[in-house]
Amino acid sequence: MLELIDISFSVEEDGKVKEILKDINITIDDKKFVAITGPNGGGKSTLAKIIAGIEKPTAGKILFNGTDITDMSITDRAKLGISYAFQQPVRFKGIKVKDLIKLAAGEGVSVASACDYLSEVGLCARDYINRDVDGSLSGGELKRIEIATIIARNTELSVFDEPEAGIDLWSFKNLIKVFEKMHKQSEKSIIIISHQERILNIADEIIVVAAGQVKSRGTKDEILPEVLNGNTLEGCKYYND
Amino acid sequence: MDEIQKTLLEEIAGLHEIPAGAYNIRANGSTSSRNTTANIDIVTKDDKQGIDIIIKPGTKKESVHIPVILSESGITEMVYNDFHIGDDCDVTIIAGCGIHNGGERKSQHDGIHTFYIGKNAKVKYVEKHYGRGEGTGEKIMNPTTIVNIEENGHLEMETVQIKGVDSTDRITKAYLAEGASVVVNEKLMTHGNQYAKTTFEVEMNGEGSSANIISRAVAKDDSHQIFLAKIQGNNKCAGHSECDAIIMDNAKISAIPEITANHLEAELIHEAAIGKIAGEQLIKLMTLGLTEEEAEAQIVNGFLK
Repeated sequence: MLELIDISFSVEEDGKVKEILKDINITIDDKKFVAITGPNGGGKSTLAKIIAGIEKPTAGKILFNGTDITDMSITDRAKLGISYAFQQPVRFKGIKVKDLIKLAAGEGVSVASACDYLSEVGLCARDYINRDVDGSLSGGELKRIEIATIIARNTELSVFDEPEAGIDLWSFKNLIKVFEKMHKQSEKSIIIISHQERILNIADEIIVVAAGQVKSRGTKDEILPEVLNGNTLEGCKYYND
Repeated sequence: MDEIQKTLLEEIAGLHEIPAGAYNIRANGSTSSRNTTANIDIVTKDDKQGIDIIIKPGTKKESVHIPVILSESGITEMVYNDFHIGDDCDVTIIAGCGIHNGGERKSQHDGIHTFYIGKNAKVKYVEKHYGRGEGTGEKIMNPTTIVNIEENGHLEMETVQIKGVDSTDRITKAYLAEGASVVVNEKLMTHGNQYAKTTFEVEMNGEGSSANIISRAVAKDDSHQIFLAKIQGNNKCAGHSECDAIIMDNAKISAIPEITANHLEAELIHEAAIGKIAGEQLIKLMTLGLTEEEAEAQIVNGFLK
């Protein structure tokens, strides 16, 4: 279980304090699939980074299975069972897809299982396993490899920051299947930051974050109509028309 | 051969035992063992230190190992090795130098390797430089490689210096005839107070010749690196040089690419980039459970692989 208690985060910009998150209180129960949505610039990605330990909150506490992890490093949180998928995956010169998946899955992973993780995200393993995770891969390919590293880690909690960003519509359909499968087959918790109705549709719970605060939370039946009609959800207008 | 020498040999040439095919192992200033084959002859020079390696035209799929090891402190040597590679050959040459300096005096190996590559011949040339030893004596290597490639000949050169060499001034020059090509892959890492200067000079003289010089370098601690690449196109040709460097700690790196076109149909490109390890790269690997130090090592090793 993940508990965010009174989380605030602010930065200094031109000598002024800018509040990004204000008194966020969220509990994510075990085995839950939670989607966090809301307008751009509302603080969603910052929240994901605070969970992963990339940003430290200026106030508040984070508990993971009852342990206070507020001051814990990224590495220690990762070891404890938190995974984080980047919105914009990182490129490396000289690190192969195989290497990255091995690092994610832990030593001892066979090439065959590394290939399975790639197949999960719709990449033909044979074509990708020995490629460098560098500029030679397209944004969509990198994104799917990023998701494969999270599947390979198979941790208690996985946080995905806008997995749909940079993925074409055709691949997106398959991506939904990937998340559905993850949710059904696994006993783990998933947090997905997303603007996509189809992702919100498969979530157990939707949390709307806007202007740094939790605006509402509930099941998709409770939240989706509000989100879609209220136009708080940028990027979905296309689908509504 | 003692254990120290065996370890050096393994580091620079990947040799666990006596290699197959032709070889000449030079240890502490003189030839320690040699083997020649029907197609590859090795002859000691009588006017200066060094050897002539003569490969008969048409020799295919053979290799020559010519490692040099210095395990006594205080040796300074200058060696001239000439490679005469006949037309239509397809051969691999593995050189390299390992210094173990357990003493206080400086150990230095300077070598000039001159290649004469015949028409349509294909050569792969691998050289590794490595230093170790608990002594305070400096480990210095100054390799010069001069390459003359005749019509449609090809050289692929892999040059690696990853560890332990205190000072190096590396010079590689290539002269290309019609249709000749050269590809160089350099991997360089300096640490401590090391100094490394690497210079490439390529003259593309023949029509349809091409050169591709790729250097990846990492400078750590207080080390200092200078990379120079001069590519000259004197005919219809294609040239490309690339220096990609990671800077760490208090290191200094200069990359000085120079391209000169003396012909309308010469196409030349240079690329040079120096930067520290991206924070995002460290963070990504840390989210996979690596510590910052482990992440850094992973990135550097991958970059130099």
